Amino acid sequence: MEILRVSTAQDAADALADAAQHGRPLRLRAGGTKSSWGNPVEDVWGVLDLSGLNGVIEHNEGDLTAIVRAGTRLVEAQEVFARAGQMLALDPYPGEGAAATIGGIVATGDSGPLRHRFAAARDLVLGIRFATTDGKVARSGSKVIKNVAGYDLGKLFTGSFGTLGAITEVILRLHPLPRARVTALGRDSDVGRIEAGARALLAKPLELEALDVAWRDGVGEVLARIAGAESEERTRRTVAALEEAGLDTVVAEGDDEAALWERQRASQRSDDGIVVRVSARPAEIGRVLAAARSARAAAVGRVAFGLVWLALPAMDTADAVAAIDHVRARLRPYACVVLDAPESVRAKVDVWHSEHAGAPALMRRVKERFDPRRVCNPGIFVGGI
Amino acid sequence: MGGKDLRALAERFAQICGPHRVLTDRDRLATYRSDGLLHFQVMPGVAVLPETTAEVAAVVAACHDAGVPWVARGSGTGLSGGAVPVEDGVLIVLSRMRRILDVDTANLRVVVEPGVTNVQVSQAIGPGYYYPPDPSSQIVCSIGGNVAENSGGAHCFKYGFTTNYVMGLELVLPDGEVVTVGGKECDLPGYDLVGAFVGSEGTLGIATKIVLRLIPAPEHRETLVAYFNDMEHAGHAVSDVVASGILPGAIEMMDNLAIRATEEATHAGYPLDAGAALIIEVDGPVSECKATFDEVVEICKRNGCTGVRVAEDEHQRQLIWKARKAAFAAMGRISPNYYVQDSVIPRTGLAEVLNRIEQLSREHRLRVANVFHAGDGNLHPLVLYDHSVEGEAERAEKLAGEIVLACVHAGGSITGEHGVGLDKKAYMADMFAEEDLDCFQKLRCSFDPEQLVNPGKVMPTPRLCGEVPGPYRQHPLERAGVAERF
Repeated sequence: MEILRVSTAQDAADALADAAQHGRPLRLRAGGTKSSWGNPVEDVWGVLDLSGLNGVIEHNEGDLTAIVRAGTRLVEAQEVFARAGQMLALDPYPGEGAAATIGGIVATGDSGPLRHRFAAARDLVLGIRFATTDGKVARSGSKVIKNVAGYDLGKLFTGSFGTLGAITEVILRLHPLPRARVTALGRDSDVGRIEAGARALLAKPLELEALDVAWRDGVGEVLARIAGAESEERTRRTVAALEEAGLDTVVAEGDDEAALWERQRASQRSDDGIVVRVSARPAEIGRVLAAARSARAAAVGRVAFGLVWLALPAMDTADAVAAIDHVRARLRPYACVVLDAPESVRAKVDVWHSEHAGAPALMRRVKERFDPRRVCNPGIFVGGI
Repeated sequence: MGGKDLRALAERFAQICGPHRVLTDRDRLATYRSDGLLHFQVMPGVAVLPETTAEVAAVVAACHDAGVPWVARGSGTGLSGGAVPVEDGVLIVLSRMRRILDVDTANLRVVVEPGVTNVQVSQAIGPGYYYPPDPSSQIVCSIGGNVAENSGGAHCFKYGFTTNYVMGLELVLPDGEVVTVGGKECDLPGYDLVGAFVGSEGTLGIATKIVLRLIPAPEHRETLVAYFNDMEHAGHAVSDVVASGILPGAIEMMDNLAIRATEEATHAGYPLDAGAALIIEVDGPVSECKATFDEVVEICKRNGCTGVRVAEDEHQRQLIWKARKAAFAAMGRISPNYYVQDSVIPRTGLAEVLNRIEQLSREHRLRVANVFHAGDGNLHPLVLYDHSVEGEAERAEKLAGEIVLACVHAGGSITGEHGVGLDKKAYMADMFAEEDLDCFQKLRCSFDPEQLVNPGKVMPTPRLCGEVPGPYRQHPLERAGVAERF
């Protein structure tokens, strides 16, 4: 397998053009923390390694924006931003060795608990620069936070799994780091009470920074994070809402508080088990947790978006395929996308749950326009795109 | 397109929608010659007013079969000429698709048809919930138009734009096919075609159902207006507020000329000698608002503000906002005509860009008033001129164009919320390189290879859609620079 290491955007474009000309499909990779997501890539000739596209190009502190090369690790970029009291409000689990890169996170549309307040990668990406399969480097968007000139290709590329070209730079909106954070944590072993607590907070105008649920070993949790100038009064109201729902509630601060959220983030991944991301609705969060309980899975969820990550324990391939089918049947009509899973399992299930992809023919036409020779991660995406 | 073919198409529309919803006589079509930007006017060949997705699909399919270009239109309040018809083409008017289909507050979602107005969404969801995008035309502008233009408003610095709230769309594609992309759920498998469609200015198809995300309504607001000797000091105050970690619901700025014009129109009590006025509104939980608001006042004082007026009640708040909301219309008090610009700059470049605007204003001997969504850097310079003075309109247009370029050179954008449409398409090449435009065209061609949908908008020069897939070879016409393909 050839490894093509590139250190400039134009190098990446040249490599893609060369691949297109010779019909040599490439696997696009940077940190390599999510290589096990998606379908196995077809007939790969080589790897286009983008991790050399590294570094924060601009950090415009006064404008709360930054331009970052795609191969920059998330944790490194956050260190730069934190020195100015700022953050990128995008906090997926950064993977083994914290190797996850900005480009990889954007390309997979990965997200973490801060999504509750600051929305997803698609919403924080102001623009992208990318290498095309015709050997060019193109840009969409700009470094101002409000811009409607041209099509929003940043959103098209976010979550496209490297199937349209190679993202080489990302222009990001940043936010101030909060002065303090406090988390109210409600616990109970009854799924109904967990749902009631979560939904009560969802409807309240408390401007929480994050609102998650979790299910582990027969115990459920609601985690509500308060950040901002004032936290005492809002914490009191948050705790009251959780207690009213019947949850045993405590307040965490400092390192204990941070650890709660680290755990939430880490629970979205699994080394040897299977992670299924369920796209449900806020009012059905209890039903998803009940499915987790019945499948002996751990679960973490973003209440406002109805998203839940179910982590099934390691098991043999036939059992894993059956477990995935069981979860999907039980959670019908919701899309259940398989993220982490051993290759043997991914070869036997439609990881994308493609029946939930709207407009598959249109998606194929988009792919054909951007990558007509099918050299960017061919086959990895929905419906074998 | 011959008149006979268009008559045949109009007859087909009459079969689909009934004859009373097909307009062919010129008097009635005249209503639809322009959108909110009145200086682009084109008479459509026929207008049709479908009421259901099936009717829209049948109308679009008929256009596709006949190879006739068409333009979709909502309320026609757009300010970039995006809904201007194509001569002898079809205009598809969506203002009769105005059902609110599903108010699902338990899931924080609402589903509407494209002709529903922005304010009707707020009315439908009730006071406990909030749909933040609030373009100033919100009483009449339609959600379909908001989706096409990715509309903003005064509150988008904190809350985001239309694109951050659209979760799903039912689309009629340019060949008449009906598809659903996204939905009430997030992260559905596949490309984010919802994200690609929002803000596409009516060039990719028609959204016939729109799923929007809601949030709980903020429980409290605090509003102030602070006066400064000049825009630079006001700009520093904005930067300090943002740097302190406070995210105000709205931050709006006006310069002296804008203050004088609006004061004449509204008598809101702004001092006529103020060099700049800054309206800041913080919203959210009561305790958080109170904590941050005191800090905002302190920051204004630290930056040399000459006076602060805090709204003690809703009436006083409305009075403060009245001046800002009347700013465009008030220009009529001090000038017979004006030209609105919609550029964006990185907020830290404000002083530099304002100096440049002042210099341009002197060079062209025309006054420019500045109204500014200060949080997100969206500048609305208003170029004042008198159409009856020979050459002034041309000078005004030239001045406005140079202001756009100054903003682009400062690292900004040619449009923050009004869209490119016809009005700004000449400037696209100043903001984007050829390879960028090529990629925009790839997206457009994947939706609309025949390019029948809203042709002549957005892109600076006409482009073709080539065949795919296949090895790329340069066509002799391309080498000569006559045409481009993708």
